[in-house]
Amino acid sequence: MKVAILGATRGIGRAIARRLAERGDTVFLLGRDETDLNQSASDLKIRAGKPEAVAGVATCDLEEPGSFAPALDRAEATLGKIDAVVVTAALFATQDRLEADPDFTRRLLTVNFANTVVFCEEARRRLLAKGGGTLCVFSSVAGERGRKPAILYGASKAGLSQYLEGLDHKFHAKGLRTICVKPGFVKTGMTEGLRQPPFAGEPDQVAVDVCRAIDRGRPVVYTPRIWALVMFVIRLLPRFVMRRIGF
Amino acid sequence: VSASLKTSNTLAGWGRMPVVPGTERRSEDLRALTAAQHLSRGLGRSYGDSSLPAAGDLEVATTTLADRILSFDEDTGILRAEAGLSLREIYRLFLTRGWFTPVTPGTQFVTLGGMVAADVHGKNHHRDGCFGAHVTELLMRVADGRLVTCSPTVETELFRATVGGMGLTGHILEVAFRMARVPSPWLWCESQRVRDIDEFIDGLKAASAEWPMTAGWIDCLTGGRHLGRGILIKGRWATPAEAPAHPPRPRKRLTIPFEFPRFVLGPLSIKAFNTLFYWQPLPTGVVHPESSFYPLDVLRDWNRMYGRGGLTQHQCVLPNEAGRGAARRFLEVLVARGGASFLCVIKDCGPEGVGLLSFPRPGISIALDIAVRKDTQELIDALNECVIKEGGRIYLAKDAFTRPEHFRAMEPRLPEFLRVRRRWDPEGKFRSAQSVRLFGDAPRTTGSPT
Repeated sequence: MKVAILGATRGIGRAIARRLAERGDTVFLLGRDETDLNQSASDLKIRAGKPEAVAGVATCDLEEPGSFAPALDRAEATLGKIDAVVVTAALFATQDRLEADPDFTRRLLTVNFANTVVFCEEARRRLLAKGGGTLCVFSSVAGERGRKPAILYGASKAGLSQYLEGLDHKFHAKGLRTICVKPGFVKTGMTEGLRQPPFAGEPDQVAVDVCRAIDRGRPVVYTPRIWALVMFVIRLLPRFVMRRIGF
Repeated sequence: VSASLKTSNTLAGWGRMPVVPGTERRSEDLRALTAAQHLSRGLGRSYGDSSLPAAGDLEVATTTLADRILSFDEDTGILRAEAGLSLREIYRLFLTRGWFTPVTPGTQFVTLGGMVAADVHGKNHHRDGCFGAHVTELLMRVADGRLVTCSPTVETELFRATVGGMGLTGHILEVAFRMARVPSPWLWCESQRVRDIDEFIDGLKAASAEWPMTAGWIDCLTGGRHLGRGILIKGRWATPAEAPAHPPRPRKRLTIPFEFPRFVLGPLSIKAFNTLFYWQPLPTGVVHPESSFYPLDVLRDWNRMYGRGGLTQHQCVLPNEAGRGAARRFLEVLVARGGASFLCVIKDCGPEGVGLLSFPRPGISIALDIAVRKDTQELIDALNECVIKEGGRIYLAKDAFTRPEHFRAMEPRLPEFLRVRRRWDPEGKFRSAQSVRLFGDAPRTTGSPT
């Protein structure tokens, strides 16, 4: 499988890229910083035991929509046909910080929703033009329900989940496999410094779940799996309860 | 970020004792992470307070997210990686390709940075020395904020103080070292029962002349005529002809789910275990590398077996000059105090390494796992007094109880280490709970940076 990954240098994206490369897939890395991309490329080639594991790298920044098309063009030119595009990149901050910083709030909403959707549009057009493929995008359980600790971040992810569901409905018959990944709390640099809730997951475990979902074309993935149950309960909680609890 | 959002606010080493206020900060970007921190921490496998912040520091830079392999040269075997790469990953990725680290400690759950900082040794110390002997270059962040490259030939002083320097000369960001070729991913081991400590030491010396790996287990509850009886293990990498055709499968790991009550590792159960262990049938032949190198790694959180009080380890080396009787005298102190130790490992060490404070020196090393009780301080004091008398020293990565005056008495090398450290860190930025306890570093006063 030939996979382009946006966000492959860090966190869950790094874990997914490693898993794909080690099992023999070919990856193309997209990210903000060229040096960082090259270091991750070295890491993946050595881990896979073959230089062909990484087809190439290209800079692509979710804050710069102008970078999307050229980066995906380079990925396509290098890989020939792209089988899957994976997007793990996003911005994150706590609700407290976002409430105190309207500029960062605007940036986060733009990156996580508007720009991610624009990137996905570029990606799915290319996939559909070659007869289909997989578009695997990281949303979040935070987008399932408006909750006090993640109102703004959650809203950006709710919009993204809605968009991905629509894509699946419209293009599934044309060969596009849209995968909306909804991770719960995962121990990465993104959640560094936060108090860990129960069921906090590891990036490697998430990578296993996501690679399996890509292989099987599952439209929605909760990971770690227990979060499907947690969110099922939270969706059922009536409003007067949600107003009272802090979760 | 409000205080309530921070992760749990205490830190401990593998012995779960002492516990100090502190938070781990993590990032894939070590350069950014270490800029404002005074100590790095890896996987937290040092037993005592080596990886704990000094009082007042409250945070440590945890390197585990910075785990990329930056280069690997198949011709020279030189691997360069970020300091948070774990030995477990190296083991998983490279052993079946015919490569391994030239030195491994008794657990895979250590980072490269930690292996350098503690200058770890393994069963092959008599032949291959410490890990530091195979390090070709380090990239460090030093006290004035600069990134400095040091190696056996560049900034030699910094290099020698950092290898075995317990992270007190600066943050280790990248490590380059020479990997070793192995003929197969399996080991060949032979064991023999040994009746007493004198026979043990003779046996170790004889075995070390012929075998690349040696170590022994001692039943340290038995005194008198059989003082120091145990099992001597000799090993080498299996040849391709001896090795099974398939690679060693990763072993299933069990978790110790809760703290065991005290009696579980009490004298009676240890006595029973030791007797059974001593008389077990001794296999000879091909052995899974994990069960030989990392026997305890199959039990996740095995430190919980030692109960709420935690555990400590006492590891010392008794120099050859002290003569064969030194180990006997040391064990007599231990047995007389009834210091029941579940695990007692003996090993002969080869020449001293490059590190200014590296632990091993030619002699006999004895490591004891000890459940922490009310009398642990007195036991460690008594053992340390014996070590001082014999001219030996202790291993900082294991220590939580040694008194500063004892440490100074056994470390004539300390002033030279402190001199180099002062040169690179004149204001004393880098410190740990251990350096405050043993090296005379002042705890940081909160507030103004005076």
